[in-house]
Amino acid sequence: MAELNETARSHDMGLHTEQLTGRTQQRFFDVSEEGNHLYPEAFDVDYNKRAVIDAIDMDARDVNRKIRDLMAEGYGSIVVRNPQARHSLAVGILQRLNLTFEGSLGYFGVGLIDGPNVRVTGRVGWSCAENMMAGTVIVEKNAGSTFGAAMRGGDLVCMGDVGSRTGIDQKGGTIIVGGRTGAFSAFMMQRGRMIVLGDAGKNLGDSMYDGTIFVGGSIESLGVDAVPGEMSDLDCAWLERKLGMYGLRAPDGVANMTKIVAGKQLWNYDNLEPSEKKIVL
Amino acid sequence: MCGIAGIIHRNRSSDIGSEMTSMLQSLKHRGPDSTGFAIYGMPREDEFVLRFKVAEQEDAAKGYNIHQEIRDRRAEVDRRLAELGVEVVETVDATEYAYRYRIRHGGDMRKVVDYVEDVTSTEILSLGSRLELIKDLGDASTVSDQYALRGFNGTHAIGHTRMATESDVDIRSAHPYWAYPYNDIAVVHNGQLTNYWIMRRELERKDFRFMSSCDSELISVYLADKLQEGVDLEEAMVRSVDEFDGVFTYLVATSDKLGMAKDDMAAKPMVLYESDDLVAMASEEVAIRQVLPHEIDTHDPYDREVRVWQS
Repeated sequence: MAELNETARSHDMGLHTEQLTGRTQQRFFDVSEEGNHLYPEAFDVDYNKRAVIDAIDMDARDVNRKIRDLMAEGYGSIVVRNPQARHSLAVGILQRLNLTFEGSLGYFGVGLIDGPNVRVTGRVGWSCAENMMAGTVIVEKNAGSTFGAAMRGGDLVCMGDVGSRTGIDQKGGTIIVGGRTGAFSAFMMQRGRMIVLGDAGKNLGDSMYDGTIFVGGSIESLGVDAVPGEMSDLDCAWLERKLGMYGLRAPDGVANMTKIVAGKQLWNYDNLEPSEKKIVL
Repeated sequence: MCGIAGIIHRNRSSDIGSEMTSMLQSLKHRGPDSTGFAIYGMPREDEFVLRFKVAEQEDAAKGYNIHQEIRDRRAEVDRRLAELGVEVVETVDATEYAYRYRIRHGGDMRKVVDYVEDVTSTEILSLGSRLELIKDLGDASTVSDQYALRGFNGTHAIGHTRMATESDVDIRSAHPYWAYPYNDIAVVHNGQLTNYWIMRRELERKDFRFMSSCDSELISVYLADKLQEGVDLEEAMVRSVDEFDGVFTYLVATSDKLGMAKDDMAAKPMVLYESDDLVAMASEEVAIRQVLPHEIDTHDPYDREVRVWQS
């Protein structure tokens, strides 16, 4: 981050001297400030303070509000019992927190999170951990479709089988699937890694821009511009270490996993359209 | 976006009316326009249950001289049933415009259906020895209370909460659809069929009737056509996955079976719970939790998956 501290040339040119008046909601960022490592509204929590919520008679809004209230009181370990497959639980948590769901979540569980470590002892519905930025999410049973859609960072682990379109539009982080994954997994993947220990459905990695997919089982079919890559020692070492973190093992050893990468045949960003070519020529 | 749900008990019966009501009520957010139930009661020896309507809810509220009209249409239905020698054992007025008749008849049922449906605005919602098909506007609780479904004892049921996208909000376009002219077969569907008109015209040439312009009706007619050709239910469903274009998950129920089929892209949701004595499925797990509040193992079926369970 040091380079951000350097005075830019624009300052010498006097481009920053203009004084604006009035109120602004913009928060100005100073890299040297310690507090900038947290979100402005983040609560200071203590992992040793533990609270248990029974959500049997609560709706999703009540549960989310309760989690927030407990974080405000400094609870760093929260257990939610009986989530009853309700939708949109524990969304938008932007700070460190140990969160455990004893049961299953519905759609959009733990979406838009940045930082917490979540464990779900049941199953999750569609779009779990959508747009996740950092932290870990571990699902002990199965997951629905669009698992980790548009994810940007952190580790998202499902011990069981997941539905279709897993990691659609993935932009970073790691998705680990202990079982099989459905059709159109890693569709339009842009960055990050996906590890599937079981079988993958059809059109795996369709139209992927970049990123890497590792599959332990069989692949029904590859999508457009998804091609097999060569496993390197570095890949093997990384897979061994990553899977070990969650107590998982590749069925035939990591060296025998299939690596899928983008063929980059669809990279036409700099090419001119036929009509544009005419104008140039 | 519609919500569908199905439940089948194996080797026992249960208060299926209340179970389906609570399942569909929890899916209300997926579509509050109309709610429909296809419930399978205990088998009757020589009787059929005929459910039909002679007007839409909206007509009954606004139509000119409609109350007299409704009475006239019903009298005409009664007259035609008597003319064909159908014995009416019991009649129940579920609403002003929809009725449940218990009938006995040894002759050609298709002829009865065609003759009765020839009466103005009359539609037979279902006919069968076990099937009772109820559909009306409003959420699950409203419809269930209106038609007194709580406490209905049976083995299996499918249901639907509708968000209308392609056709009108009325009883005619509400699910489930009965597979005319087959006794006891009903279908609910979540999705869109894009080759609806091509397939509809083909089936119309084979003399099938379409009561609405809702794409879901096509599934029930398609299955009826295949069953007529002698194809078994599961095989017909497997073929439907190839022949229908679009995105869909549908459930079909017969007098002793319940099946599900999912499209090529797995674009529409379905969560499945299976145990030895109960199979439950729904668009969202919250619906299954209405009948099984404890922690359960569920999974999503994959693309092109076709399953059939026996009661």
